[in-house]
Amino acid sequence: MMNFIQTLGRNTRGSFTKLGRATFFLMQTATGVIEILPRPRLLLKQLYSVGVLSFLIISISGLFVGMVLGLQGFYILSDFGAEETLGVMVAASLVRELGPVVSALLFAGRAGSALTAEIGLMKATEQLSGMEMMAVDPIKRIISPRFLAGIISMPLLAALFSAIGIIGGQIVGSGLLGVDDGAYWSQMQAKIDFQDDIINGVIKSLVFGFVTSWIALFEGYDAIPTSEGVSRATTRTVVNSAFSILGLDFILTALMFGDD
Amino acid sequence: MQHNSTQDTLVGFFVATGIAVLFFLSLQVSNLSSFTEQKGYTITARFENSGGLRVKSPVSAAGVKIGQVSDISFDPKTYESVVKMRINAQYDSIPDDTTASIFTAGLLGEQYVSLEPGGSSEHLKQNSNIEITQSAIILEKAIGQFLFKSAEEKK
Repeated sequence: MMNFIQTLGRNTRGSFTKLGRATFFLMQTATGVIEILPRPRLLLKQLYSVGVLSFLIISISGLFVGMVLGLQGFYILSDFGAEETLGVMVAASLVRELGPVVSALLFAGRAGSALTAEIGLMKATEQLSGMEMMAVDPIKRIISPRFLAGIISMPLLAALFSAIGIIGGQIVGSGLLGVDDGAYWSQMQAKIDFQDDIINGVIKSLVFGFVTSWIALFEGYDAIPTSEGVSRATTRTVVNSAFSILGLDFILTALMFGDD
Repeated sequence: MQHNSTQDTLVGFFVATGIAVLFFLSLQVSNLSSFTEQKGYTITARFENSGGLRVKSPVSAAGVKIGQVSDISFDPKTYESVVKMRINAQYDSIPDDTTASIFTAGLLGEQYVSLEPGGSSEHLKQNSNIEITQSAIILEKAIGQFLFKSAEEKK
């Protein structure tokens, strides 16, 4: 019994300590972001590995998610004779929810895990302490550019996901199932609001990009520098990112779309 | 350096695509293109019941959209619904004895205000009032009346 209470106390204290370290880490990273602005080449390289390399998986997933939405939506809406509103359904669910959330989950799996593994391995092979020996701050040189690249890429990837999904829905809806093409687009334009839907979706994906990059970079930086430690940190990145994304999505949705 | 320059191109392509896609979403998917703070004037109409009318519902005349509802409020003195409508400036010659009615697009579609021009030579201006209005048809009420009637006939 005593043992149990001891473990509980140690774990609670441990998780608070970790959260504290993560917050401190975030502040250091954020100050580092200001200093990399005059050196865009560092950022460019990370935009390539975080953004461009996620481009393909996001586009293909977006296409299929949109096509599935088109198919499922059509079957349900045709029961009510409301196939014409398929465009609204596909666009609203993509722009508001699926675009930001699914692309953030994919981003955590594709780019977040790679970031954690890369930084964890840098730590394990003592590249980070080597930099410190040379009086180069590893947070500014290594972490901040990756962090900024994550925040920039995420909204672009989410927008790409939504747009390709909407086109996928149109391919299935009006190409295969015979929904009127004009109605698909015009109903969508009438019902999707720029402020409420598009801007809120972009804000969501910015938040998700921030959180996912933070978790991925911190887990890598905080990993136990062994091969097992790095593998565990990578797992934690994906799991924690998924939890945070879905939890935050609920909170953001309640805040944004609550009053109408 | 060769490698670096392809990387630059790809990053440029990525960012350009991202921004283009955001433009596509704003202009093609959302209502931004039709949402313009156009010049116009506001008129008011009082309805006994404005039903499911909402802010941004269309205002149309002869089936053409000429403006949108900008505000709906309840008047606690007359117990009426006060609907403010913003009419685009180009439609400035609507007679002041125009009738406003609330209709439903389709059986279950959204509600809109329909203006039916009268014959007066005076035109509606900023802050004009529409005197003759016809309330929204509330489906439940209509069904209730119908049932009541058919029950009476059976007696």
